[in-house]
Order: sequence, then structure tokens, then C-alpha cells
Amino acid sequence: MRHLIIGNGPTGLVAAETLRRLQPQADIVLIGDEAEPPYSRMAIPYFLQGGIGVDGTYLRKSPDHYAKRRIQLLQARVSWVDPVKKVIELADGKRERYDKLLIATGSHPVRPDVPGMDLPNVHTCWTLDDARAIAAKAKPGARVLQLGAGFIGCIIMEALAARGAKLTIVEMGDRMVPRMMTEKAGGMIKHWVERKGVSVHVNEAITAIEQQGDALVAKVSRGGTPIVADLVICAAGVRPNIGFLAGSGIEIGRGIRVDNHMQTSVADVYAAGDVVEAIGFHSGQPELNAIQPNAVDQARVAAHNMAGEATVSQGSLAINVLDTLGLISSSFGQWWGAKKEEGGTGVELVDEGNFRYLSLQFQDDVLIGATSLGWTEHVGVLRGLIQTRTRLGAWKDRLLADPTGFMAAYLGSAQKAA
Amino acid sequence: MQKSLHIDASKCTGCLQCEMACSYENYGVFNLAKSRIKVFNFEHEGRKVPYTCTQCAEAWCMNACPVDAIAINAATGAKVVNEAVCVGCKVCTIACPFGTVNYVADTGKVQKCDLCDGHPACAEACPTAAITFVDSDWTGLDKMRAWAGKTDTAARASA
Ligand SMILES: Cc1cc2nc3c(=O)[nH]c(=O)nc-3n(C[C@H](O)[C@H](O)[C@H](O)COP(=O)(O)OP(=O)(O)OC[C@H]3O[C@@H](n4cnc5c(N)ncnc54)[C@H](O)[C@@H]3O)c2cc1C
Repeated sequence: MRHLIIGNGPTGLVAAETLRRLQPQADIVLIGDEAEPPYSRMAIPYFLQGGIGVDGTYLRKSPDHYAKRRIQLLQARVSWVDPVKKVIELADGKRERYDKLLIATGSHPVRPDVPGMDLPNVHTCWTLDDARAIAAKAKPGARVLQLGAGFIGCIIMEALAARGAKLTIVEMGDRMVPRMMTEKAGGMIKHWVERKGVSVHVNEAITAIEQQGDALVAKVSRGGTPIVADLVICAAGVRPNIGFLAGSGIEIGRGIRVDNHMQTSVADVYAAGDVVEAIGFHSGQPELNAIQPNAVDQARVAAHNMAGEATVSQGSLAINVLDTLGLISSSFGQWWGAKKEEGGTGVELVDEGNFRYLSLQFQDDVLIGATSLGWTEHVGVLRGLIQTRTRLGAWKDRLLADPTGFMAAYLGSAQKAA
Repeated sequence: MQKSLHIDASKCTGCLQCEMACSYENYGVFNLAKSRIKVFNFEHEGRKVPYTCTQCAEAWCMNACPVDAIAINAATGAKVVNEAVCVGCKVCTIACPFGTVNYVADTGKVQKCDLCDGHPACAEACPTAAITFVDSDWTGLDKMRAWAGKTDTAARASA
């Protein structure tokens, strides 16, 4: 049995390790195109802050980790997949044959179609190479303009602030982290970071960037005052890496379509992680979700199926935790709630002065989503309650009256039901 | 045979010796906020429920960690946070469906029960044997079930 895995991020790596456990004899080849050992993008902010060196970003720390498990690492770019002949082609023309193939190529950052986005001091922050370039330029006191205050943008913001950069953030949405936070919570995060000295513009877009001497000057929509910066960081979203699959016959929507076995439309070809549009836990529809916990869960499901052990994913559930200059927030599942006519109810606890916030959303007596700010104790049970679809019974009304009792509700209902 | 924490909530009086011992063992101070075991108080029922990591087989925290900072201690089976490697990203705290990995702002790292290298301070401190350290012939889930049965859903809790 020969397993090929394209992409050596967390998805590819976890799949390789899982396959090794399940199939001690199989050949496992892990292919990645970056000139690094398998590493975690999630650790990049901590590398930027200087808390860890490059090796701190590596997914596995021991140098002989791969040799010991007979996981063959291959640095190459895959340019084409032929599911009929069951071969892949590398950029140098070499071919590799497979019995089972996993596509775990992740996603890449997009740059908005704006003049000047290709200037030398405009960077995305997605790879270790990006981070090295940014680290060289984001000196203390440097004026940094960041496009996008989404989840990844906010994480990068934290790292840049720690480097002593003077930050301005421009976000097209009406609040910070609009796809992860309720209106109220996103607004509170904005207040918090503004207090910490970050300048935040929402409902605005950059329409052009020009080099003027050493500085970059960014034009702002609706005739706002232009923003002068030494460095521009673009955090305007990501798209799956699927270009090399054109003509392969593998069904693709916005990402690779997979069923709940993480199998693609083509036999013996699986896909997982950022690159897939997997079935959503609540929606039952294909969804893109560029987050790591999902990626590795999917990797394990894919690996089991590749090894012939039928395993089904429960569907992807978005879970996020964020630290914006010391204010910790999290969001889970369908945090925006459900419609009233579909049994939706919810509760929002707001303490703006102390930057504490909690929103719980239910459908019937089941928790379907949550958002928190300033909460770090036991937040994992929010995932537990959502993912186990625990019927809360009488606990639901208690939570509507006092959402802070979620841990007690969990002990009282989920454990009893387990 | 590996051992695990066994919790018999019916014996818990809520004295919080376990929380004190945990904090002292790990931080050298008596600070309940730093304890990795928590006693939940189901007020009306007069019931107290100690709760901490069951060292579950799924190891959600360990699998979610992006930098390999959580590893299994081969001797005890505990999933242990290596503070030197943890970057404080907190993803384990939302991945653990039992809510037993928590972020500590002071240290910038996460913490969870590590079974104190095989001599859990909470069990040693418990005066009523509500927390004991016994041969693990039960799985994590069975343990959860056992605790659960002892937690009355009709009770109103505050914790
Ligand atoms: C700064 C930053 C912070 C983040 N923080 C968080 C966070 O806090 N929480 C969270 O959940 N997520 C976070 N993420 C997102 C998380 O990193 C991704 O969800 C995760 O990396 C997805 O893993 P993956 O293995 O699917 O893809 P990737 O990690 O992107 O790995 C895919 C690999 O495949 C390679 N590849 C692509 N195409 C080819 C090809 N044709 N041939 C060969 N190799 C190829 C890529 O170069 C890459 O190395 C963050 C991301 C960034 C950039």
C-alpha cells in the first residue's frame, strides 16, 4: 500500500502519523513545497513576537521523528493529479504512483484587486518566509497599515503590536472579526484595541497604495484621509490551493468537495484541511473553514478511511479563540443563532465596562453556538455541549437567566447524558 | 496498570483542600484560581462535584496543539503541557470538550491536570476519599458517566 499526501502542514502530518499507526507496513510519502520541515502557520505570530525561534514553529520537534515513523518527506511542488492512472506529477516532471492519495494543500492568502498591492513593502503573512520578511521590516516604531481585521488579521495585529509597531487597521466589514464575533462583541474588541493605541477604521477599504519615497501612502474609500505607512500587511482572506487539480475530474466548488468520509468525488482520492469544502456540522452544506482544529480532525477521519477503516466525520464545526492585545475571545459553531420560527432563542450578557461578554444560542434545548469575551475558564465545554448536541432540558432556562452557569449546566446535563 | 483519578462526588464536602493542594503543588502558593481541579457547588441540592481532566483517550487538547507542546507521560498516561514549548495560542482550551484545559494569563501558557507525576496532590489532600487515585480499569468516558450519575440535573448550580 502506498499513500501519497500532498501538503505537509498539520493536516498532512496528522494524516501521515495516523496512517502509520493504522498500517505499520505501508509506504507513506509526505510532499510539501515549502523549504521547511513541517511547521504550523498558527505559530507564526509567536515567531514574529520573538517568543520562539523558527524551530518553535515546527509541528514535531524531534529531528528523527519522521525517520522513526518511516514517513518519507519530499520537498516538491505537485503540478498535476491523474486519478485514472493513479499518479501525480511533480513540477520537475517526475511522477509518483499512489494507491491512496490525500490532498492537504491548504489555502493561500488573497490580495484585493487594488493598485499597488504588489509593491515590495506590501506583504501577506501566511508562511514562515512571509514572517521572516515582516520581522526584518516591522521594527519598533514602524508605521504598519493592516488590511483586514478578520480572525487571522487580528492574530497578526497582536504580534505586530508586540513588536512595537504603530498600527492602523482598515476593515471593510462593520466591526472587527465580523465572521466570528457578534456585532456587540466585535465592537467591544474594537474599543479595547483602540484603547491600546491601535487606530481602527471599519466600513472602509483601501482603494490604492503608492510608493512615495520611503513611505507607502494608502488611499481610503469615500475620500478619507490617506494613511502613510512603512509597511502594509494584507490579511484579506484566504482561498484553497486547488489550481493544480484543474482537469483532474475531482469535483471542486470553492474548495475540494468531500463527503463525510473526506473522500472526493474520485475513488481513492481524499482531501482534508483548509483546502476542502466539507459538510458543515449545523448547515449540512459544503463549507470552507480555514481553522486548524477542524483540519486535524478531518485529517484523522481521512486517514482512517484511507486505511480501510470506515470512519465518518460529524461535520466541520468552526471554533476560534483569539487574543487581541490581552482581551481573549472565543466563538463556537453557529454563534449567530437560529431563527425564532426554527426554535431559535438566545441570551446575551454584556458588561462593556469590564470587557466581559457572553452569548449563548440555542435551537430547542440544544446549544448551537456561543461567543465569549474575557472568559477563559472552562470554555471548552461550550464545544462539548454543541458537538454532543446535548439536550439541556431544564438547564436551558437556567442558562437563559444566567448564561455564566454554562459549566454547571454541562456537568448537570452532558455528563449525565454521556 | 496505570492509575487514574477517581471521583466520588457523594463524598465531597466542598472543603476545597484539593484546590489548595493543586495550586500549591504547581505554583507554590495557595491560590484557588490557579487550581487545575475545581469543585462545583450545586447549591440547592447541597451537592459538590470535583472536576478535572480525565486524561481521555481522544486527547483533543494534544491533537489540536499546533506546536507539539502536549505529550503523554509514558509512566502515568497523563497528557502533560510542556510549558517551555507552549506558545499560549489557547486552541487546546476550546478544543477540549470537557473544558479542563485553561489559559493562565500570568504565565501566558495553558494548564491542565498532569497527575503530579503519579502522586496527585488533590487525592492526597482529600480528607474524605472523594478523590482517590486508583487502578484505571475504567475508560475516561466511563468515569465521566460515573460522575454524571452523581450530578443531579434538577439541582440549581452556582460555580
Ligand atoms: C498567522 C496565522 C495564524 C493562524 N492562527 C490560527 C489560529 O489561532 N487558530 C486556527 O484554528 N487556525 C489558525 N490559522 C490557520 C491554520 O494555520 C490553518 O487552518 C492550517 O494551517 C491548515 O492546515 P493545512 O495542513 O490544511 O494547510 P497548510 O498549513 O496551509 O499546509 C499546506 C501545505 O501544502 C503546501 N502545498 C500547497 N500546494 C502544494 C502543491 N501543489 N504541492 C506541494 N505542496 C503544496 C503548502 O505550501 C503548505 O505547506 C492561522 C494561520 C496563519 C497564517
